[in-house]
Amino acid sequence: MAEILVLVEQIDGEIKKVTLELLTLARSLGEPSAVWAGPGYSETAKARLSEYGAEKIYVADSADIADYLVAPKAELLASLVGSRSPAAVLVASTTEGKEVAGRLAIKTDSGVITDAVGVAEGFVAEQPIFGGGVIVHSKVAKGTPIIALRPNSTQPVATAGAGTEEKVDVALTDAARAARVVERVKEKSSSRPELTEAAIVVSGGRGVGADFSIIEQLADSLGAAVGASRAVTDSGWYPHEFQVGQTGKTVAPQLYIAAGISGAIQHRAGMQTAKTIVVVNKDAQAPIWEIADFGVVGDLHKVVPQLIDEITKRK
Amino acid sequence: MNIVVCVKQVPDTATERKLRSDDSTLDRSANGVINELCEYAVEDALKLKEAYGGEVTVLTMGPDQATDAIRKALAMGADKAVHLSDEALHGSDALSTSYALSQALKKIGFDVVILGSESTDARTGMLAAMLAERLGVPQLTLASKIEVDGSAISIHRQTDYGYDKVEATLPAVVSVVEKPDPFKPRYPSFKGIMAAKKKPIEKLGIADAEIDPAQIGLAAAWSVVSDFTTAPPRGKGVVVNDEGDGGTKAAEFLVSKKFI
Repeated sequence: MAEILVLVEQIDGEIKKVTLELLTLARSLGEPSAVWAGPGYSETAKARLSEYGAEKIYVADSADIADYLVAPKAELLASLVGSRSPAAVLVASTTEGKEVAGRLAIKTDSGVITDAVGVAEGFVAEQPIFGGGVIVHSKVAKGTPIIALRPNSTQPVATAGAGTEEKVDVALTDAARAARVVERVKEKSSSRPELTEAAIVVSGGRGVGADFSIIEQLADSLGAAVGASRAVTDSGWYPHEFQVGQTGKTVAPQLYIAAGISGAIQHRAGMQTAKTIVVVNKDAQAPIWEIADFGVVGDLHKVVPQLIDEITKRK
Repeated sequence: MNIVVCVKQVPDTATERKLRSDDSTLDRSANGVINELCEYAVEDALKLKEAYGGEVTVLTMGPDQATDAIRKALAMGADKAVHLSDEALHGSDALSTSYALSQALKKIGFDVVILGSESTDARTGMLAAMLAERLGVPQLTLASKIEVDGSAISIHRQTDYGYDKVEATLPAVVSVVEKPDPFKPRYPSFKGIMAAKKKPIEKLGIADAEIDPAQIGLAAAWSVVSDFTTAPPRGKGVVVNDEGDGGTKAAEFLVSKKFI
């Protein structure tokens, strides 16, 4: 079977869920090989990758890979593409994953497809574009297909793989060492899931006001991530990295709760492919209702606390 | 400092955006506007000029009507513009576009290239990284803050948890994210709009920028669209008015869908 490279996304050695989704998808296309880039590799990581079907694990755990921005990961993958001739390379369609994919495409003279939600036989990728309004099927025409897949597009399923380790030493070029990460600042540390990976997202809009604790409490009662509309991040009520929408993050969770969000096109472009959408808004004419599966017309400051109580009661 | 800011004209998100039925490329007949994040790039370019001196050149690739995006950037305060335009560029994908722009940038020369982190039409978010790769200069992307000190440049790169501080040496490619007030793009003044009409726009064809025609356009694309369809509309949902039990009803819905 053809080898499929999967770039592992991890934070401090902890593997992100999207990697397990990519391994699951890779198994339907060939034999998955996980590529570990940066420090933090452990027996736990090995067990996790094998559990989800990695036949091979390429380990490049030099600190330089994480200390310099993006370029080292593209060099690592390019060297593996050169030496192993995989049938395809899968990465997560995150901001960094796409940057790696773009640089890798140039290095290997290969086509690249981003924001895919599925890959069928023959590496035909499915992409929702224009905020989910149009579904496109496309295929890489030159080189090794490089496909970036959105988190939450495949249900991860465990199936044991051999997990054979292979240490990879990459001699990074000077060009790959051009942009150095000197400090990582954690502004909002919480136990909440990452926004684009979360199964449930609770977002607040202008109607919430500057105090976002009501949204955070609802999110926590559901084990959800917190999102925000542009009105909120523009006002500085919540940091921009939590913005859902055309100029922020695109999310496709199982459940999206929009509280106090009118649902301008700009916002809908980032969330309307969510499976189930629940709306709380006092304006019955707001455009968000066009995409609601369920909604309450009312004051979110009354409805949401009651909802939190009900959820807590039923746990 | 020689600052080049790349801007893109995109279809207005408020209009219905389509692909062309003949060649599956973007239908540009819709009302074109400057890409939102490009306005942030222009703002940051102007701030760099104000702080460190130099000149801001706008670079755009696109058909004739992309001049509107250029005029907007000039009205905001950029000094001059280069419009890379050639029939042969039609249908170029991200690989071709990054190649063509990198050739134009080599011709223009730069200390810093600034871009928006993604466009609202293609949304690949790859262009800045690809330009850094092609030009062999540092990639400083997703910047919420830019600082320059002599030939040293550093940014705050937006992450899921906050930001990374990233350092490099000029020349470099920078992409920027959206920011809250007071860092929003300035509105062009009436004076700015009048002045923009007199600012020079240099037209660049592919031969001028030494662009290899075999690397651009639809025929050179590294990926091909096999088909596309309009997504089916979402079904009509259930809406209730809050009569003191809205939260309970919402909880009941979540239970019925097994979220609780």
